Amino acid sequence: MTRQTGVPMALALTDRDRELAAGAFGEAPTIAMRILTRIAEADGAARLIDITSAHVDSCLYHGDAGLDFAERLAAAGGRVAVPTTLNVSSLDLLHPELVHADERLRERGRRLMAAYVAMGGTPTWTCAPYQSARRPEFGEHVAWAESNAIVFANSVLGARTDRYGDFIDICAALTGRVPEAGLHLDENRLARAVFHLVDLPERLARSDVIFPVLGHLIGRATGTLIPAITGLPQGVGEGALKALGAAAASSGGVAMFHAVGSTPEAPTLDAALGGRKPALTVEVDPAALRAARDELTTEAEGTLTAVSVGTPHFSITEFRALAQLIDGRTVANGIEFYVSTSREVLAVVAAEGTLGPLRRAGVDVVTDTCTYITPILRNRGGVVMTNSAKWAWYAPGNLGVGVVFGSLEDCVESAITGRVVRDESVWRD
Amino acid sequence: MWGGLDPETGVIIDRRHPQCGAITKGRVLVMPVGRGSSSSSSVLAEAIRLGNAPLAVILAEPDDIVLLGALVAEELYGVVCPVAVAGADTYRSLRTGDVVKINPQGIVVDSDGST
Repeated sequence: MTRQTGVPMALALTDRDRELAAGAFGEAPTIAMRILTRIAEADGAARLIDITSAHVDSCLYHGDAGLDFAERLAAAGGRVAVPTTLNVSSLDLLHPELVHADERLRERGRRLMAAYVAMGGTPTWTCAPYQSARRPEFGEHVAWAESNAIVFANSVLGARTDRYGDFIDICAALTGRVPEAGLHLDENRLARAVFHLVDLPERLARSDVIFPVLGHLIGRATGTLIPAITGLPQGVGEGALKALGAAAASSGGVAMFHAVGSTPEAPTLDAALGGRKPALTVEVDPAALRAARDELTTEAEGTLTAVSVGTPHFSITEFRALAQLIDGRTVANGIEFYVSTSREVLAVVAAEGTLGPLRRAGVDVVTDTCTYITPILRNRGGVVMTNSAKWAWYAPGNLGVGVVFGSLEDCVESAITGRVVRDESVWRD
Repeated sequence: MWGGLDPETGVIIDRRHPQCGAITKGRVLVMPVGRGSSSSSSVLAEAIRLGNAPLAVILAEPDDIVLLGALVAEELYGVVCPVAVAGADTYRSLRTGDVVKINPQGIVVDSDGST
């Protein structure tokens, strides 16, 4: 990239970097290093650093250029240098009958998935790699793509990843190297914005539904500033932080947040801020939260045709919560009910007996992909209910459906009743 | 770019964009920042593959996503779509119809077309 202001930054390369670039390990790492070094120079990085794992997003088909890139690297014998998990694809290979994409898209999607597996990617096909048995630890440098995984890794695990994505994710995986820039550096991880929750009723503070709503609000308001949140209970669970992060990453591209008293780099607000004053301070009261919640619903009064949960992919805990809420009842006739998850989680909930009753209740499980990126929903004539701010944000544009946002409990009661039912009392003062 | 630029035509398709319907193919695209999903890299690379991309992109701030799309297209297809970051004054001065020269040292703007 040309910069008007002047001299290209000099990037310090190790002997191994030079060997990778020169072809000592094959052509694929050489291509990867060409791209990585130009990005590193554009970022103003002083050097490259090692990563311990990668999570690749390029396996989702977005056009033939992406396929050409993957097949080029695979044909050149490219093999990942670090454990590499793969993000959602455009197909559900376990339940192919659910996806009704045309044959050309299916074929391209399959070839793309195959190229990444050929290069040694683990066929996890999930947007929630942090729900796997092995996940990065505090301080570990990784190269993760997928916005909700990035924000979870940084915020909840205290691992360090910058915002990797198409093309650069596989370059990092093939070399095990990334620019020392962005969120890999201490000073870039400090909060610059503070969101103070005020006058929060106890019931709302303890609900699940506040987290995606708060994430949505913060994503819209914080811009490029890393936010810190005060006023939440201490020790908020991972599931809630997962939903908050996913929402903020969708509505605003947030890659890291601090929840004071809950996330590892924010034992106190001062620690999250690094002792500096914030550039932005926002008071969030229940009225602001209600307004944010209302933004997530496009059609409050529509005819319910489907429910979609599991964006990001459902965890084992979430499956158990769903089973408890359904409690032996069945989804009403004519309502589609989808849960998206990973194969790994599906195997666990099947083995432990949680899945069977859900299936019998009329729940369809989708793996490897998600209902907002892949044509799965059959009836798009009515409204779809979801407990996911991320789904609510993307699906109307992607699918042309109306959406109603509610809690998981709201979603279940609506699916069983056959019409939109929401508990409004949790939102009242 | 994802959802905003159509790689099959090079046309801006984002309905909320003030220049919706404008053709970027064969012209220099000037934009403050990409700030989209990383899939925008694929959109630009795809537009270059199809021969429908801008001749060059000028940004007001560095944007790895835009740069990546151009770099990958260069690797695969040998087509160079320069991506340049303009200083604030230069960026502010750019107008539709200007002729620019982009080289590794910077951007030269010629507002009256006399270069």
